[in-house]
Amino acid sequence: MKNVLVILGGLAMASAAMAGSPLGLPDVPIPEDNPQTAEKIALGARLFNDVRFSSTGEVSCASCHVAASAFTDSPLQVSEGIEKLTGTRNAPTVVNAAFNKTQFWDGRSPSLEDQALHPFLNPVEMGLPSHDPILGIVRDDESYARAFKSVFGVKAEAISMDEVTKAIAAFERTEIAGNSPFDRWYFGGEKDAISEQAVRGFAVFLGNGRCVSCHTIEQDFALFTDHQFHNVGIGINDIQEKVPELARTFQIAKNQGMDVDVAVLSDADTSHLGRFAVDDQLSSMGAFKTSTLRNIAVTAPYMHDGSLMTLREVVDHYNNGGVSKEGDPINPFLGGGIRPLDLTEQEIDDLVTFMETLTSPRFEPVDNDLVTSASPMGDLQ
Amino acid sequence: MKKMNTLSGRRDFLKATSSGLIAGMLPVSLVRLVGADEHGTDFTFAYISDSHIQHIKDSKFVRNWDQGLIRAVAETNLLEPKPDFVVFGGDLAQLGTKPELDHGAEILAGLNYKMHAVLGEHDYYLDLGEYWSELYGKHYYSWDHKGVHFITLNSILTYDEWTYDRWESPERRMNEMAGLDNPNGSPFMVGKKQLKWLKKDLSKVAKDTPVVVFSHSPLQKIYKGWNFWTEEADDVQAMLKPFDKVNVIYGHVHQIQYNQIDNIAFTSVMSTAWPWPYPESYAQAESHLPIMTVPMNRADPFNERDATGWQFMNMHTGRVDLEFNLYNNTNRTVSFNEEKGHPEDTMFDDPANRIPAQQHF
Repeated sequence: MKNVLVILGGLAMASAAMAGSPLGLPDVPIPEDNPQTAEKIALGARLFNDVRFSSTGEVSCASCHVAASAFTDSPLQVSEGIEKLTGTRNAPTVVNAAFNKTQFWDGRSPSLEDQALHPFLNPVEMGLPSHDPILGIVRDDESYARAFKSVFGVKAEAISMDEVTKAIAAFERTEIAGNSPFDRWYFGGEKDAISEQAVRGFAVFLGNGRCVSCHTIEQDFALFTDHQFHNVGIGINDIQEKVPELARTFQIAKNQGMDVDVAVLSDADTSHLGRFAVDDQLSSMGAFKTSTLRNIAVTAPYMHDGSLMTLREVVDHYNNGGVSKEGDPINPFLGGGIRPLDLTEQEIDDLVTFMETLTSPRFEPVDNDLVTSASPMGDLQ
Repeated sequence: MKKMNTLSGRRDFLKATSSGLIAGMLPVSLVRLVGADEHGTDFTFAYISDSHIQHIKDSKFVRNWDQGLIRAVAETNLLEPKPDFVVFGGDLAQLGTKPELDHGAEILAGLNYKMHAVLGEHDYYLDLGEYWSELYGKHYYSWDHKGVHFITLNSILTYDEWTYDRWESPERRMNEMAGLDNPNGSPFMVGKKQLKWLKKDLSKVAKDTPVVVFSHSPLQKIYKGWNFWTEEADDVQAMLKPFDKVNVIYGHVHQIQYNQIDNIAFTSVMSTAWPWPYPESYAQAESHLPIMTVPMNRADPFNERDATGWQFMNMHTGRVDLEFNLYNNTNRTVSFNEEKGHPEDTMFDDPANRIPAQQHF
C-alpha cells in the first residue's frame, strides 16, 4: 500500500511539473538572463505590434507574423516589408519558435533575442537605418519608459536593444501551441481524436514516408524538427548551373564584410545557398532548417521560398526524391536522406490527412461553408 | 617546424595577403604559412575514390552511387583556392563494364581540373583493364609536380593462373574478385614486372625528394579476407625506405585508416559510395549493397551519404595532410605530426575527444 501511495505521489508531482505546457510539448526553455514575467510579456506584445519601428511607420513584427494566420503571413509566398518590398523567404511561424535551437530558415541567429534585432534593419523588411529610431521612441514614449523601468529597472535614457529584444522574446515564448487532435490521440490516449485515415497516415509518417527521421517525435512530446539543416532540393534545384559562381561571389563579399542577413533576403539566388551562407561548409549547400509540422495545414504555402502551395505538393516533392516535377534533375548537393519513396496515392492522401491533425485548437480555421450557409447574404457574396 | 593547423596561423595568413582568398571554404589545414616551406613544394590536390558506379539495365544506374560521385565532383569544383589536380583512387565501376566506366567517366568529366586515375579491381577484372585504359591510359605511371615525385601503382593484380586460367568467363572472374571473404578470391599483387619498373623509376629520384604513392589497395598488410592487403607490400616498402619522406595514399577500404611504417606514412581515403563495413540498410527498396558478411551499425542507415565522402589534400614540406569531407558527419583531418613522426587525427587521436559508439539493441 505504501508503495502505491509513493507511486501516486510521484505521478501527481510529474503532472504538476508538466502543467505549464500544452499536451505534446516539453517545458518552454527560458534563458537564465531573461526570466518570464507578466509585465515583460505584455511589454513584448506591445513592441511586437508597434508599426512605428519601421522606416515607413507601417510595418511591425506582427505584419508578417499574423496571430490569425498562426503567426505567419499565409497565404503570401514570401514576406512583404516596407513599401511592399518582398524578401526571399516564407515567414516562419513564431508559434513554438521558443523551442527552436536556432532561428531563421538558415539558422543564422542563435536565439529569439538575437533574431529580433535583424528585421528592423533589413532593407526589405522594416528598413530602419539603425536601431536608434526604436530607442528614440521607447525612451520618449512615457508609457514605454514606465514599462521598461518597471520590468528592467532601467531609466528611459538607458534603454537599449538588449531590453527591447528581451521583452519581444519573452512575449514570443508565450506563443506556444500543442494539444492538437494528434496530441490528444498519441500523447493523451484519446482513441477517437483522429480519423482512421490519419492513423494510417501516421504509419506512413513513421515508415515508408521516412518523415520522422527529420521531423522527429519523442516519447512524451513532439516538436517535429531535428533542428538540423538539410538540402531537400528546394530552390537550389533551379540554380544548379549558377552555384559555383554564386558561392564564390558570396564568399568573397562575406569575407569583405557584407551583411549576410541583407544578402540572403534581397537576392533569391543567394537565398537558395541556404545554410552554406551561414557556416561556409560545402555540406551545407542549399540546406535549410527542418521546419516544425505543427499547424502546418494552416500556414501554406510551404518550404523556405514558399514555392509549394499545398501539403500534397510537398509530399509529391519528397516522393519524387527531391524534385517537384518527376524526372527533373536532382541537385548534386541533395541530402543523403532524400530518395524516391514510391508512395501510393492512398499513402500520400493518408499522410496529408495526418498532417491536418497537427493543428492546435486556437488555429483551427473557421468553417467557411458553415458561416456562408448560415448567412442570408451568403449567396450574394 | 611551424605548426600548420592553428587558427592563429590562418589569421596571420589572411592578414598577410590581400588576394581574394575565400577563407570560409578553406579547410584550415590548407592555409599555409608564408615561407613555411623552403622547398617550394606546398600545394593542394583533391582525392575522390571508390564510386562503384553500378549499371542496373538500359540507362538505369544505382542512384545512390551516382549521387555520391556527382556530389564529390560538384563540391571539389567549389574549392578555393583551386587544387592543382584531382586523383581518382580506383573502383570507378562496380563490375567493370563499359556502360559503368562510361557513366562514371562522364560524371568525372565535370571536374574543372586535370585528373590522374588509379586502377581498382572493380575496373579491371572484367576485361583486364582494357576499356579503362582507353579512358585513362597507363595502369601505372609516375610524374613530378612542384618538386614532389608522384607514383601511381596498379596494386590489384594477382597470380596469372587465377587471372588467366581459372574462370570460364570474364564475368565470373569479375564477380569472384568482387566478393568479400570469398574462398575463391586471391590476394592483390603488384607483380614482378611492375616492381622492376618501380625500382627503375625510383632510381632516378633524389632521396630528399618527397615521394607520394597512389595505390588502390593498401601497400601494407591489414586483412587478407577483404584484400586490405598487397602481397608484396614488404618489397614495395623496402624500395621506398631510402627516401626521407614517403606518403602512400590508398582507397579500397572505404574507411579512414592511417599508419606509419619506418619513413612511410600511410593514409586511406573514403569512398563516395558506401562505408565499410556498412549497416543493414533501408529495406523499402533494393539497396544494391553487396552482401555483407559482417554487419555493422556504425553509419546512419537513413542517410545514404553518411560515412562516405572525399578528400582535400594539403601537400606541405613533403607530407600529405588529408582533410576528410564527410557528409552528415564531423569533417576529420589526418595530418603528419613532425614531432611524433607519424600521421595523426588532429581531433580524435585524443581519447577525450572521441565520440562514443552508439549502442543499438
